Amino acid sequence: MKTDPAGVLTGAHYLDGDFACGEGAMAAGCRFVAGYPITPSTEVVERISRRFPMMGGTFIQMEDELASMAAVVGASWTGTKALTVTSGPGFSLMMENIGLAAMMETPCVVVNVQRGGPSTGLPTMVGQADMMQARWGSHGDYELIALSPQSPQEAFDLMIDAFNLSELYRVPVLLMTDECVGHMTEKVVIPPAEEIEIVPRKLTAQSPEEFLPYRVDGSYIPEFARAGDGYRFHTTGLTHDERGYPVMSAECQEICVRRLLEKITANADKIVRFDEEETDGAEVVLVTYGITARVARMAIDLARAKGVKVGVIRLIVVWPFPEKRIRGLATRVKAFVVPEVNYGQMVLEVERCAGGQAAVVGVPHGGGSVHEPDDICDAILRAAK
Amino acid sequence: MSIAVEQPEAVVEEHPVAPFLRMDRIPHIWCPTCGIGTVVKCIATALEETKVDVDKVSIVSGIGCTGRAAGYMKLDAFHTTHGRAIPFATGLKLGRPELLVTVFSGDGDLVGIGGNHFIHAARRNTDLLVVLVNNFIYGMTGGQNAPTTPLLAKSSTMPYGNFERPFNLPHLAASCGATYVARWTSLHIRRLTKAFKEAIRRKGFRFIEAIAPCSTLYARLNRLGTGANLMRFYHDHAEIRHGVDPRDVDIGFQDRIICGKFVDEERPTFTEMMDEHYSKTFGDKYVPLPPEGGMIRENSQSGDAAGAASSRREDS
Repeated sequence: MKTDPAGVLTGAHYLDGDFACGEGAMAAGCRFVAGYPITPSTEVVERISRRFPMMGGTFIQMEDELASMAAVVGASWTGTKALTVTSGPGFSLMMENIGLAAMMETPCVVVNVQRGGPSTGLPTMVGQADMMQARWGSHGDYELIALSPQSPQEAFDLMIDAFNLSELYRVPVLLMTDECVGHMTEKVVIPPAEEIEIVPRKLTAQSPEEFLPYRVDGSYIPEFARAGDGYRFHTTGLTHDERGYPVMSAECQEICVRRLLEKITANADKIVRFDEEETDGAEVVLVTYGITARVARMAIDLARAKGVKVGVIRLIVVWPFPEKRIRGLATRVKAFVVPEVNYGQMVLEVERCAGGQAAVVGVPHGGGSVHEPDDICDAILRAAK
Repeated sequence: MSIAVEQPEAVVEEHPVAPFLRMDRIPHIWCPTCGIGTVVKCIATALEETKVDVDKVSIVSGIGCTGRAAGYMKLDAFHTTHGRAIPFATGLKLGRPELLVTVFSGDGDLVGIGGNHFIHAARRNTDLLVVLVNNFIYGMTGGQNAPTTPLLAKSSTMPYGNFERPFNLPHLAASCGATYVARWTSLHIRRLTKAFKEAIRRKGFRFIEAIAPCSTLYARLNRLGTGANLMRFYHDHAEIRHGVDPRDVDIGFQDRIICGKFVDEERPTFTEMMDEHYSKTFGDKYVPLPPEGGMIRENSQSGDAAGAASSRREDS
């Protein structure tokens, strides 16, 4: 369906990535935001708290990020689309209730404007070092979806996709942006509401008597009933059966958790998204995401000018990872080069998928700034040898 | 010689509050003589007698013995993470303002790990009915010290007696801004039920502390006898003092337990404050989240400031 025009600021704007995230959320129909101030992400909720009173949205500044994430999960059970926004230290605190959202199968969106870590790290400076935390940060086995924008425009666009994916798969969706994209100001075109396609919360048509909150009937995604509609359902963070009742057994664990994984892994081909450029006949394929994809543009030009055939895979959906594509390319290219503003995270995924069939060269950077294009270019030249 | 016993007609097969319980989950996991079930019975009775629309009542629990209460009540029920029942409930309430949202959890959950959320929800006067069952100890994990364990009482992690000062919970709640504050024990069934009925009809951050026996751990570690001995203790040592200054109601080890209603006042809730402020600031431009929530409906026509989000809150 088309989105609620009340949240859509149609037109061409000059916005930074954080503001674009906020506009994307409002355009996607998000009407509940709970947050706690943290640099460099706070501008997202500042933008939203300015505009929410005029569109039926509620923003609440919670006492910490534990509470923000818990409130978002609670709000989502009313059918209201819900968002929270943070950076590294707050992301760590949110892990607890991101796990709850995964276990209760609650649609919600979390933005992480990444800064340098660990701990308090570099509050005002860029990092991309939470990529593995995004995938593995909460305890136990679960799957979710993470996206990574390379520009303010893409931050806007991907926020809408993030909300839609969270509704389709009933998972928390993470927008893993970074301080550079967050604070970079560029042209952002916001289309009219009638051009913004959103996935509304789909309520079950079953009667309260026949409804079971986690029955899937052969599909992967259970039907949803919201609080207050007479279903009087039960949901829990404990391992549960299709009634949503706790069952402490290995058998129930297998059924409950396996489906949480398979609803994403079995649909990975539909979820995975990346830009691919000149990989046919490429000697070296650069695998990149977020702000680093922008920085790498110059490095690619430099390397091509020196005669190296460089292809590019730019991750848009980071998790689930495009395993099949990397496996397929691994048999045909000499090497993958993976620059990222961390000491080597997504490069581990590329290595895993390359399976020893192509060399994998990481270009680590500890954070606080982006790469020098020359450093990436040098890595490409070395890899091509 | 055998005697035929006829069942008298007055015997009712169903428990009076069975419609409020998930009977398919009974028997529950609580120990014999535990007081939590009694508190559940009291709130179920209160829901029945106040005739609230049960479909609009949610119950949110955290983790622990009392945290299992959500799982036994036939309401929209959320068994959440440890300490986070209040912020979860905050989202639920703000997401769909017409709901009556009840938080039902234990002392360790709500004021130990969840203490920060407790004080801030009270400060904002978030519209929540918070029921805290206080058994002075961490029961589910095996009798560890709680922020409510009385001075010198023994716990598994204070084996020589607790030397930390416990919270005085009515004082904590009242000083943070709760608009209804009461304490009863699980012996005071009628009074506790009456408090629930009153609190259900109020709005704002309403806090009811229910002292309940834990004979398996608290009583055993402190050689206080069985649940019956604890109930006898409540009978002999509870003092009913309505309206007393909450500063004076702290609980010492095997000392008097002051019960009663300590606070009952009206103050605007978080949502009312927000509505009033934004209405003043923006006039007709202000669009509050409607009572039924901010869900954008599939059948709504775009173009009319679509769906639910277009209507103003009824009472504003």
